Amino acid sequence: MSQPRSRRRTGTGTGNRIRIGCGAGFADDRVDPAVELAEHGRLDYLVFECLAERTVALAQLERLRDPDAGYNEWLVERMEAVLEPCARQGTRIITNMGAANPQAAARAVAEVARRLGLPGLRIATVTGDDVLHLVKGTPLPLLDGPGRAMNLDDLGDDVVSANAYLGAAPVAEALAQGADVVVTGRVADPSLFLAPLTHEFGWTASDWPLLARGTAVGHLLECAGQVTGGYYADPGTKDVPDLARLGFPLAEVAEDGSFTLTKVPGSGGRLTVATVTEQLLYEVHDPAAYLTPDVTADFSHAHLTQLTEDQVTVTGITGRERPTALKASVGYRDGFLAHGEISYAGSNALARAREAARIVEERLTLTKIPVTDARYDLIGLNAVHRGVGVGAVPTAEPTEIRLRVAARTDTLDHARRIGREVASLWPNGPYGGAGVTRETRENIAITSVLLPRELVMPSTEVQVTVAGDTA
Amino acid sequence: MRLHELAHARSGDKGSTADISVIAYDPSHFPHLRTHLTPDRVRAHFPDLPVGPILRYEVPSLHALKFVLHDALDGGVTRSLSLDAHGKSLAACLLELDLPAPSTSKD
Repeated sequence: MSQPRSRRRTGTGTGNRIRIGCGAGFADDRVDPAVELAEHGRLDYLVFECLAERTVALAQLERLRDPDAGYNEWLVERMEAVLEPCARQGTRIITNMGAANPQAAARAVAEVARRLGLPGLRIATVTGDDVLHLVKGTPLPLLDGPGRAMNLDDLGDDVVSANAYLGAAPVAEALAQGADVVVTGRVADPSLFLAPLTHEFGWTASDWPLLARGTAVGHLLECAGQVTGGYYADPGTKDVPDLARLGFPLAEVAEDGSFTLTKVPGSGGRLTVATVTEQLLYEVHDPAAYLTPDVTADFSHAHLTQLTEDQVTVTGITGRERPTALKASVGYRDGFLAHGEISYAGSNALARAREAARIVEERLTLTKIPVTDARYDLIGLNAVHRGVGVGAVPTAEPTEIRLRVAARTDTLDHARRIGREVASLWPNGPYGGAGVTRETRENIAITSVLLPRELVMPSTEVQVTVAGDTA
Repeated sequence: MRLHELAHARSGDKGSTADISVIAYDPSHFPHLRTHLTPDRVRAHFPDLPVGPILRYEVPSLHALKFVLHDALDGGVTRSLSLDAHGKSLAACLLELDLPAPSTSKD
């Protein structure tokens, strides 16, 4: 798998162009679009971005229970699906599916490689994002702490994880060491995509405009189907064909950082100036200052051109010096949550649901269950919709309505009792209560701190293992 | 007319901060949106949202406005008790906003 790398495909243009595809945009993403990209995308790199803010914290708890756990639950299935076509075509794989345990994830990838008869596959791990030992108990200010805490030490022993967002450098280092598959924990999402570009084109750590363009590549690809028509479609207004076979995106990037987004011909979805505009601005606050560990990217003068069907070229991206601090996500135990739901249908359904909500509220008082925070939503009326219509009397009586109770409390036992109060509406509440569901769990919440960059970088390490040696 | 007829929108979240991109279908309507879709107008549209400061950024080259709604998500996806803890539906709710029809001469 290492030899074909020098036979880099040059895409449609002249000179060196790197083709990077995105095989997953979140932990539970579809697998078949990644296979389609691996088989037909003519890719140099296939990247899987699978780590939401809270995922590492939950994975850390799994790892505490089982030292071999703590990585993405679909890792093995994804690798079984793409390793062979990627090896055959010299496509290298980069993923943050290592979550809280990149080493265990790498062992799992090596095991898949052995089963598939792909000996010699070089698998790298990038670690050092785990900074719990550096920050726990320190008075670092919380960027968005809950009401009870201003500084990290206010959370005391409730802190369960702290992971810094690493940049592209350690991933590029793994590629320089010849890795075919790079498995990481917390790396900033766009940095996963920037790394192969810095590696291939030799962009340095102060080529700010180039790093910004590579970051834009990553930002546009990282949510996979969200740039090819997913999270966009609105039947009759913004029609997107064949979302059931939605194609995931790929970028063809030139050495000067200019790039074109496209997808595999014949796949579902649509890639237009409109879909790219939505994704370019997605979760960006100041478009002139998109902060990553690598660069401060400026998208505020971006220009998009529809080259042909499902091909959009992005220009006008600039950038300046990277932030001095690195962000770290901190996971902490945040009490216990209870959810319970029950439906009412037919005439007067809304009044019965409102009465049911009032009963649960009174029961929680009567039974002295400590509730720090509670919501009583009427699904079909006001559970999701915010703004116009909230709390308003509907113009027509709904034919069915679902009461949703959500509450926060101090123990699992109290959470279970809240669920029981919703379930007991069945025989004890208004008539016709239907379809009770309830769920209780401990909540792990996330807050953030900023760390001096020097504290994090030295703890980054890269290990390259050979599949045959890790049995 | 409803904003839905003039623009498309996408919601995002970071921590407890929500953001909404609003993109004019017709670039010539961008100045009209810039005039009428102010942070105050957006705040008034979400009376029940516990919003802190609302910032607006402009991206003329994409005929887009970006609204950043601080503290709008009740602690964010990892804390909120809301059914829509991400605030994914906020963009669709914002598109219900009523604003004057743009004049045919591009204002």
